[in-house]
Amino acid sequence: MPESEAPAVDGVVVEINGHEVVARKGELLIDAAERAGTYIPRFCYHERMKPVGMCRMCLVEVDTGRGPALQPSCMIECTPGMKVETESEITKKAQDGVLEFLLLNHPLDCPVCDKGGECPLQDQTMAFGPGESRMVEEKRHKEKPIPISDLVLLDRERCILCDRCTRFAKDVAGDPLIHFIHRGNNTEINTFPDEPFASYFSGNTVQICPVGALTASTYRFKARPWDLDTTESTCQGCSVGCRISIDSSRDQVQRYSGVDIDPVNWGWLCDKGRFSSEAVAAEGRLSEPLLRTAAGLTPARWSDALAAAAKALSAASSSAIAFIGGARLTNEDAYAWAKLAKGVLGTDNVDAQLADGLPAEAALGLPRTTIDELCAPGGTVLLLGPDPKEELPVLFLRLRHAVENDRVTLLEISPRSTGITSLAKASLQPRPGETGDLLRALTASVDADRDIAGVPADRVNAVRALLAAANGPIKVVLGRASLSESVAVTLDAATVLLEARPDTVFLPALRRANIHGALDMGLAPGMLPGRVTLESARDWFAECWPTVPAQRGLDTVGILEAAAAGRIDVLVLLGADPLADVPDADLASRGLAGARTVISVDTLLNSSSAQADIVLAAAGFAEKAGTTTNLEGRVSSLSQRVTPPGTARPDWVLATELASRLGTDLGFTSHVDVLAEIGSIAPAHLGLTAELVASSPSGVLVPGELPAPIVDEEEAAIGDEVSAAADAVDVEVADGASEVETDGGEQAEPIDPELLAELDQAEGAAAQPALVAFSAAPAVVSPPVDSYSFRLVATRKLYDQGTIVQSGNHLAGLAPGTSVRVSPYDFDRLGVEAGGTVSVRSPRTMMMMPIHADAGVARGTAAVVVNQSDHQVSNLVNITDLVTELRIETTK
Amino acid sequence: MSTTEVPRIITSRFDHEDSHTLARYEATGGYQALRKAIGMAPAAVFDEVKAASLLGRGGAGFPAGVKWGLAPAEVWPRYLVVNGDESEPGTYKDRLLMERDPHQLIEGVLLACYAIGCGQAFLYVRGEMALAQEHIAAALNDAYAAGYVGRNILGTDFSVDVVLTWGAGAYIVGEETALIESLEGNRGMPRLKPPFFPAAKGLYMQPTIVNNVETLSNLPWIISNGGEAFAALGAETSRGTRMFAVSGHVKTPGVFEVEYGVTTFRDLIFSPQYGGGIRNDNAIKAFIPGGASAPWFFEEHLDLPLEKVTVDRAGSMLGSGAIVVMDETTDAVKACLRVVRFFARESCGKCTPCREGTTWLEKILQRILDGYGRPSDLALLMDVCDNISPGIAWPPKQTTICPLGPSAVSPIASAMERFRSEFDARITQAEQTRISVPVAFPKAVTHA
Repeated sequence: MPESEAPAVDGVVVEINGHEVVARKGELLIDAAERAGTYIPRFCYHERMKPVGMCRMCLVEVDTGRGPALQPSCMIECTPGMKVETESEITKKAQDGVLEFLLLNHPLDCPVCDKGGECPLQDQTMAFGPGESRMVEEKRHKEKPIPISDLVLLDRERCILCDRCTRFAKDVAGDPLIHFIHRGNNTEINTFPDEPFASYFSGNTVQICPVGALTASTYRFKARPWDLDTTESTCQGCSVGCRISIDSSRDQVQRYSGVDIDPVNWGWLCDKGRFSSEAVAAEGRLSEPLLRTAAGLTPARWSDALAAAAKALSAASSSAIAFIGGARLTNEDAYAWAKLAKGVLGTDNVDAQLADGLPAEAALGLPRTTIDELCAPGGTVLLLGPDPKEELPVLFLRLRHAVENDRVTLLEISPRSTGITSLAKASLQPRPGETGDLLRALTASVDADRDIAGVPADRVNAVRALLAAANGPIKVVLGRASLSESVAVTLDAATVLLEARPDTVFLPALRRANIHGALDMGLAPGMLPGRVTLESARDWFAECWPTVPAQRGLDTVGILEAAAAGRIDVLVLLGADPLADVPDADLASRGLAGARTVISVDTLLNSSSAQADIVLAAAGFAEKAGTTTNLEGRVSSLSQRVTPPGTARPDWVLATELASRLGTDLGFTSHVDVLAEIGSIAPAHLGLTAELVASSPSGVLVPGELPAPIVDEEEAAIGDEVSAAADAVDVEVADGASEVETDGGEQAEPIDPELLAELDQAEGAAAQPALVAFSAAPAVVSPPVDSYSFRLVATRKLYDQGTIVQSGNHLAGLAPGTSVRVSPYDFDRLGVEAGGTVSVRSPRTMMMMPIHADAGVARGTAAVVVNQSDHQVSNLVNITDLVTELRIETTK
Repeated sequence: MSTTEVPRIITSRFDHEDSHTLARYEATGGYQALRKAIGMAPAAVFDEVKAASLLGRGGAGFPAGVKWGLAPAEVWPRYLVVNGDESEPGTYKDRLLMERDPHQLIEGVLLACYAIGCGQAFLYVRGEMALAQEHIAAALNDAYAAGYVGRNILGTDFSVDVVLTWGAGAYIVGEETALIESLEGNRGMPRLKPPFFPAAKGLYMQPTIVNNVETLSNLPWIISNGGEAFAALGAETSRGTRMFAVSGHVKTPGVFEVEYGVTTFRDLIFSPQYGGGIRNDNAIKAFIPGGASAPWFFEEHLDLPLEKVTVDRAGSMLGSGAIVVMDETTDAVKACLRVVRFFARESCGKCTPCREGTTWLEKILQRILDGYGRPSDLALLMDVCDNISPGIAWPPKQTTICPLGPSAVSPIASAMERFRSEFDARITQAEQTRISVPVAFPKAVTHA
């Protein structure tokens, strides 16, 4: 590995086919040649993986002063004076020879191969190969595709043994479950006996396979590449926001593929995201609105459904209206709903989260970091949240790469072991509810002299030393490590860290797709669009919205409690399923039952919307255009590729329609209008335009990558400074980025924000509100330890009972189910068999579950996975408790 | 006919029944070189070996002293790896050295470790050599017990651990980087050189010297008698004595230690004390001078001395010291197939030209033998060879990662050139008895 970190600005001059080319220092010849316009054919080389030089396709003649010799250009770093011939007779002969060898045993079943039409081997052969094989002997034969997992099939006849999939599995994903077996001409890729390729990232091997050897069970025989229409979009499987391309044919989504963008996913996707393509046209998609009648939910006309909804909303007082959900929406949808709820109806009872995330003030207000900064070489990362492998899988890949290749020190504080525990330099497992205490000890000025939160003092002190020795800021992945633990514990921990080390930065690890966009757009109590609080931005928004809520409203828990108490007349569910997703199932069902009218805006009927009175059919992913925001605050585009089922409509249309029936014109005729309004009034998003998003394939980091407001120097010099600056801002707001880009060459001077505030006040306008900042959370007092009880750790798995997974034929069966998992020490004390049934009792209820020993669970805790079909763990949890104590007893 | 009378250096104990025991070894001067070396500076031991001009006996014939010097200074730890994965067809000298004189090898390992500063040596013995494994393991245990190996050897602060590893049955692991991969617990597949060479970054990415069993077995004698005495034997660049395995159509096959660089092929094959002549007193047709990967030699080469540079210049190599004799009754086409089939089966499968090309060569040759040859096949064979080893030159160039692919090409290219008429005859005969090549239909494949 390279020892020197010196920035290599100086180039290396090499000669490729007689032309001088300046390569970067240490750059591989194959890359330098490609940048210079000379494509060297390759099969095994992949720019995101270590080269192996196995396929020999990229052989070129290289002369480093000792005469020309054939060398694999994927293994050779450019050195000064190197002479390279990619077109010479010898090079061509060698490459043609390799191509012929690769084709010798390759079955010519291209007409029935998924890869046919986009196959590098086929393309190379068409371009350079001879028309006919010189081999008259029989080819190798192997059993045609064998499933190596539920999602991936392997055709060993087609395989050219390039080592891409195996390298990916071992080096990138860390799941070395596929391997070469046998040797020589009988070499093949296969799994170990009885161990399927059960990796969360297996679909990437299908994408990087240079032939049709690996195919995805979701896509086999569904389309031919030349029939596909392709659009780039952003995955909505979780909040990482991986860039994808959507392929469709016949107005049906056929597959997603990863697109390589530097700041986020590097071309990789997780299997949940990749194979969620099946969820678009899922069975049961709503194609028309439904109204509750005596016969239950029955199809209705849009005018009736919208009229019924408007009637219910106009009859209710603003404090008796509540909105839950919003993570499924585009930014434009979220803004439209926020404007309707807060700006028209005047209610602040709006929460996009389902009591499973962080308050907006924390998610948006903590000093934030990006994935690239998080993974920057040599840094220190602290995981203080959920298992990234289960919740934010591609973030896990980036972290894994950072630890394995970029000397990043990873520390983990989580009540149970996670998918990255094996990568962590140290991993502490505090008792649920006591993470704040642990962090106080870790940031203290002296070593701990006793166990903290159940963690032995020596281990606490070892991590304390690592934190103290960290170079630069600690970068924290912050989220909810256990859903049964109060969010106050997480906030306490963040507060302690920030007070001890003010340069700490955070990456909020909220799971749901566009949850960060929904929070940005004000779908949270006490918040308004553009990362500002209701208090600070009331005046600002009062100028352009019909109304602004009078006071801070309720969050989801508060809304459900109020509804249970009969104080909510209309509850609007924006793609939310509180019954399944709120960690406290009892509270959710009481709330849903207590609300007088429930309006659900959704793509499918779920357990909650099935209880609604009015169901509005919404367009889903790939059926509407817009933008989305990932956990870094990066805004990237969502594209429409297919038409929504029936008459289902995008959410921003529904919000606009409802508003007009309530007598207010939201002023939107397209999603671009909505984005334009966001870019002109949401304080964090000022300057964001559709053009800017469209011209930035890697997305626009808000507010960091937004154009700075500029002043026209001449005018400012001549005229009244204050009014000129104000004009400049107006122009900038109206015309957006295109204006900035054309002027980009000049040195534009950013306006001093104080000056702006002054001039706004001078004109009598509201001052631009400051962005929300995190305010210190109170310390949590640890609950007393009850040695007869187990503290519940409720975590999530990638595959669950959620819509995305359950709507796909191939993903649905992968949800693993759950059992109670306790430490082997506790397990032995209980005196049960592995897999035996125990009774699990919380103050709420009692349920029977199987039990297993798990070395990744700390003593005195019991880990259970939520949202699985076999046991609804949220029944056990009382969300208002700091922690949930369980009694586990044998059933004998 | 001239055979020289020189001392037997590495086979001196072979005549004793108990040559593999510690008692016999000690009784015949064993471990005296170690005692002597420990009294010297490591650099002095190094210099003795350099002075001996000892060429590596594994196949490439690289000077051992020069190889040791390639390890970068002041990089620790560094390892010595002993390549006992002797698998070249016709080669069986290292096996005898390990079976009959394991202590000599162990002493050689210790001397090398002392000279180059290794604290750990890995002895990789071919998986099929059961008796060698047994004797080596027993000898190592005895040597540990006697204090020759392990911590504070002979009471000094020189400590070496020797780790035994058995191969799993792959010819390619005789290639040093594949051997290192195998030692690390991976599939035995060669590493690409460059970027890293084992001397700089080998086992566990540390400097690693890989030496052959016979090479190291010479060290005790060299230290005891001095490098000059060793260099006084032999001729030109090839000094000392060397073991040659003679097999094939000779009357008395076996392994013989002869003076290097002086003795000729004719001596080895025909002298009564060595090969004893061709079976049934037939005429010689061809012989392989240095293992299956060497281009073949013919009658006119018989009087060449067994000297590295001379043989290289003549277009082949002494390689691993295996001489395989073919008499006039040999079918050249069949012999070629036999050689190619070996390499095709032993190809590791890592790189394309070797994996696909060697098997294709085998299929074409088999087809010609089966009576389905076509006139275009000889040109095809040569072109496939050219795509594995561009130019079919000597020393061979390669489109492959390691020399295994070209190893299949060189011998059959030399045979096809010499015995073209035999290939033509096969094909003509086929043309006369048959109309066209069979069309290959895939076998029925069952779906699981």
